[in-house]
Amino acid sequence: MSPPKALAHPPLLSTSLQGFLVAFERHDWPSAFVCLLPVALIFGLFNIYPALYSVFLSFFRWDGFNLQREFVGLDNYRTLVHSGAFWHSVLVTFYYASGATLLSLVLGLALATALNSNLAGRTIYRTLYFLPVVTPMVAAGVVWQRLFDPTHGVINGALSWLGVTGPNWLSDPAWAMPALILVGTWRRAGFNLVVYLAALQAVPRIYYEAARLDGASAWALFRFITVPLVAPASLFLAITSLIDGFQMLDLVFVMTNGGPLDATNVLGFYLYQNAFRFFKLGYASAVAYAIFALIFLVTLVQWRLVGRRAEVAYQEAA
Amino acid sequence: MMPIQVRLGRLALHLVLAAGALLSALPFLWAITTSLKPARLTYTPPLVIPTHFQWQNYVDAWRAAPFPRFYLNSAIMAVAITAGQVLLSALAAYAFARLRFPGRDLLFLAVLGTMMVPFHVTLIPNYLVIRWLGWVDTYYALVVPRIVGAFSIFLFRQFFLTIPSELDDAARIDGCSRLGVFWRVMLPLSGPAAAAVAIFAFLFAWNDFLWPLIVTNSVDMRPIQVGLAVFQGRYGTRWTLLMAGTIIATVPALVVYIVAQRRFIEGVTLTGLKG
Repeated sequence: MSPPKALAHPPLLSTSLQGFLVAFERHDWPSAFVCLLPVALIFGLFNIYPALYSVFLSFFRWDGFNLQREFVGLDNYRTLVHSGAFWHSVLVTFYYASGATLLSLVLGLALATALNSNLAGRTIYRTLYFLPVVTPMVAAGVVWQRLFDPTHGVINGALSWLGVTGPNWLSDPAWAMPALILVGTWRRAGFNLVVYLAALQAVPRIYYEAARLDGASAWALFRFITVPLVAPASLFLAITSLIDGFQMLDLVFVMTNGGPLDATNVLGFYLYQNAFRFFKLGYASAVAYAIFALIFLVTLVQWRLVGRRAEVAYQEAA
Repeated sequence: MMPIQVRLGRLALHLVLAAGALLSALPFLWAITTSLKPARLTYTPPLVIPTHFQWQNYVDAWRAAPFPRFYLNSAIMAVAITAGQVLLSALAAYAFARLRFPGRDLLFLAVLGTMMVPFHVTLIPNYLVIRWLGWVDTYYALVVPRIVGAFSIFLFRQFFLTIPSELDDAARIDGCSRLGVFWRVMLPLSGPAAAAVAIFAFLFAWNDFLWPLIVTNSVDMRPIQVGLAVFQGRYGTRWTLLMAGTIIATVPALVVYIVAQRRFIEGVTLTGLKG
């Protein structure tokens, strides 16, 4: 099996086919090259090159069709910083992302706590709560739009049965975003539930039993054992769900088209509009990098503020 | 016998959980019920329990838009992406988990780094690349850019690291090549990881909307979600028909989830704990 002595250390870049075959047999790198080639090609062409090309594009004014691109330096970024529409969009995105994150985290943890006992039918509940996670966003948006219908919708129907006059939801600038947050929460809670449930099952039962012997109330158990011990899961979920929230676009597309009066014009939609409706590719590229920077910043802040506290809480409780 | 307080507590818990589950399932129930009503009863109760069974709505929806074609497009896209994600990601993960070569860990970090970049940043240049390749309105545009995934590579690599390396050593001694080890030893052993990757990839592809919307422009190339969005624009006021279309677009995703549920939940749990 072993190759002749003279070829024990073939040169890295063998020129002859035989040398290459020997290298293939003796070293890992030629096989690694074969394994990674498809991934490298596709990532290079569709991830890395585009990410860099976006920077380049953000210094130009271009409609995507004209053969001439006009170099404008930092003008696109200057326009962006002074654009009321952009900052409005930032606020709207924060509103959606933080609202959906907060509600779905609280709901997910509450449901996970309730399910973390040997309750009959646990798996059935979990299946039902998880259904929205796998539902196509477009289909969900189409259905919820009808549920929110002011006159024929189920939601206002239920409210009027309770004696409350429901708002116009998606056509009311004040209520359109809360409606989207509800849908986002509905979609995300089941995912959080599953992750929280896994985290809870790693908490030793003995902690609860010891505390119960000391006469702790159910609320105290939840507050002083459950919450700190699932803190790492909370951090993970808060970060991922906030990032998800920042990227949300499908619901806006299907349910509100950014309106009414731009009340739901989130950053993703703002970018799409500028790129593929107004054909301002340079400006849209600047917006893309602004979104990137915002997500990065928010993640960093969360990591620093919440991350350290989560760790401290976890260690103190454990 | 349990003490009465415990049993009352359980009952209360069940009531709350059942109410929550009902809210969670409400959109599905309402959509099914509405899709089965005769048009003239669209707005009348009962709202979430079907009492009419107008299956004709499904036939009408199926005919009102080229749903068979949307289905075909989505199926081709989802299957190709799933197959690619499993095979190509596993291949790359094998190199990262088992082979030794200069710059390996740096490359792996770079792969993970692509997960941090939001899709907004690459959206426009990606479209330009597709246009430059002449792939607008083709299956290539729908499939190729998403045929590998950083997350799938990560999942496979983590799994490969749990397979004892004595197994590959034994195969190597028996004269198996490195790629042979991947094909004959690692891949056959990676069932759970492959299942998780396949389910994630399939659901992602079936539910995807924005990218197909941008790179297709003829009706014949639209996948189901884009088709549904257009269908809503045209039949937005005919709820019975629209809901039939919505159910048609949703069923494959739900079927995959229910069949592969256990693996899927395992996958989610894994990512959550690793994160």
